[in-house]
Amino acid sequence: MKKERLFKVIFATSALFSVVAVGVISIFLFASAIPTIAEIGPLKFLLGTTWKPGSNLYGILPMILGSIVVTLISIIIGVPLGIATALYLTFFASNKVKKVMNPSVELLAGIPSVVYGFFGLMVLVPIMRTVTGNGKSILTASILLSVMILPTIVTVSQSSLNALDPALLEGALALGDSKERAVLRVMMPAASSGIMSSVVLGIGRSIGETMAVVMVAGNQPRIPSSLLEGARTMTANIVLEMGYAADLHREALLATGAVLFVFILLINLSFSLIRRKKK
Amino acid sequence: MNSSKVISIILKVSAFIVMLILVAIIGYVMILGIPQLKLSLFQWKYTSDNVSMLPSIINTILMVVFSLLIAVPLGLGAAIFLTQYKREGKIVKLIRMTSETLSGIPSIVYGLFGNIFFATFCGFGYSLLSGALTMSIMVLPLILRTSEEALLAVPDALAEGSLALGAGKIRTISAVLLPSAMPGIVSGVILGMGRILGESAALIYTAGTAATMASGLLSQARTLSVHMYALTSEGLHMEEARAVAAVLMVLVLIVNFISRKIGKKAGGKNE
Repeated sequence: MKKERLFKVIFATSALFSVVAVGVISIFLFASAIPTIAEIGPLKFLLGTTWKPGSNLYGILPMILGSIVVTLISIIIGVPLGIATALYLTFFASNKVKKVMNPSVELLAGIPSVVYGFFGLMVLVPIMRTVTGNGKSILTASILLSVMILPTIVTVSQSSLNALDPALLEGALALGDSKERAVLRVMMPAASSGIMSSVVLGIGRSIGETMAVVMVAGNQPRIPSSLLEGARTMTANIVLEMGYAADLHREALLATGAVLFVFILLINLSFSLIRRKKK
Repeated sequence: MNSSKVISIILKVSAFIVMLILVAIIGYVMILGIPQLKLSLFQWKYTSDNVSMLPSIINTILMVVFSLLIAVPLGLGAAIFLTQYKREGKIVKLIRMTSETLSGIPSIVYGLFGNIFFATFCGFGYSLLSGALTMSIMVLPLILRTSEEALLAVPDALAEGSLALGAGKIRTISAVLLPSAMPGIVSGVILGMGRILGESAALIYTAGTAATMASGLLSQARTLSVHMYALTSEGLHMEEARAVAAVLMVLVLIVNFISRKIGKKAGGKNE
């Protein structure tokens, strides 16, 4: 019996590892960020509009806004496309089409960020250049991100649509509705909490994406006045400057990461709230 | 035209656009990249003349192996615990919540954490070790979830039969449960490989960007994705970057294909 007990302890320990990991990550990020934010001044850091490490100015408001705007636009473009695709795949596509499309969507999720970024740089940026200055802009980044979040939106929405009772659709059809309208008016609302969680997950992916955004967003650390201007996200700020930053500059980048982490925790929280509501 | 027709067309067009995007990306990367492939890109030693990607490929393999060496036992152990020992309770809730949190953390935050914790606090510096430790935490939730699904798919009767025959719990797990869940577990591990293969943001400031082959656990290890980012952001070697993109794409396609094939054996659980 000793062996049985030993293994149980081993399994339990591995299970507790993710608890420990989240604990250590939070402690280390916040332990380095909180003193830094206090030193810079919370208002100056979070609401400061100038990021000039050379002059000791560390305001990350442009980056916070950059992240929010880029994410928002990517959601506006990606979500309708993703949900429409999920509806098509669940209710209208033939088995043959499903057999091709489901793996394709999965593949889209497997393409590395740098490859997306490369594609954006070589294809999207030149196309956008015909509309605007140098082609690297909020809109360019958002379009690229909207593609990157598609797999999340499609697969999560699709599985919640699949989980619905087919009798629901049959009922609506029996009442004389066309299938298309029944899907839109009955099935989509019935799966709304699952679809909402796909959107929330998409927001999380979008705001956390780094490499692809860095390559196409332009990265100017100022508050943009139009979608066709470049902007810098929090993630880009970190990856661009971490390589050579030292002292307070480095600390300010870590604090940027902590702010991003808080955003992610809030997104996670709303995700679990949506799911709890569903149950 | 009535509204049903319009809806039907919109849905079809959306799905078509999604397919078009995928084909465009894969096609573009391949068509641009394959003509750039040449032997000098696969030389044993990297120099700024040959811009060889072979050292980065080997670093990637090392990174995958070491990360999975840590993540697979932990993830699998956790999955066994959650399916065979304790399915409910406060602790289980906490484990699930934290594992979900881990899967939502962006890779750049993992990179920052790995940088301050493994590279600086533990003193491993920019190294294969720091990178692999960071990666192992990052893929842990994926391994845990897929292993758990695979274990849950094994019929209860199988384990009950083994227990009824007098086998102990450990023996039941190792001789009955794990073998039947193996395809699902392996398919999850391969998905994890794909994640590590494609990762760059979490590795730049943990495993470093030196383009040479790692000579030990404590030496820098630039993986293929990081190599690709370095080449594109420097902007000096765009032809070579195209070739790397094509190689990365092929690797991703292979990983995806194998994971699907094995996943299918697991009874289409990963559908």
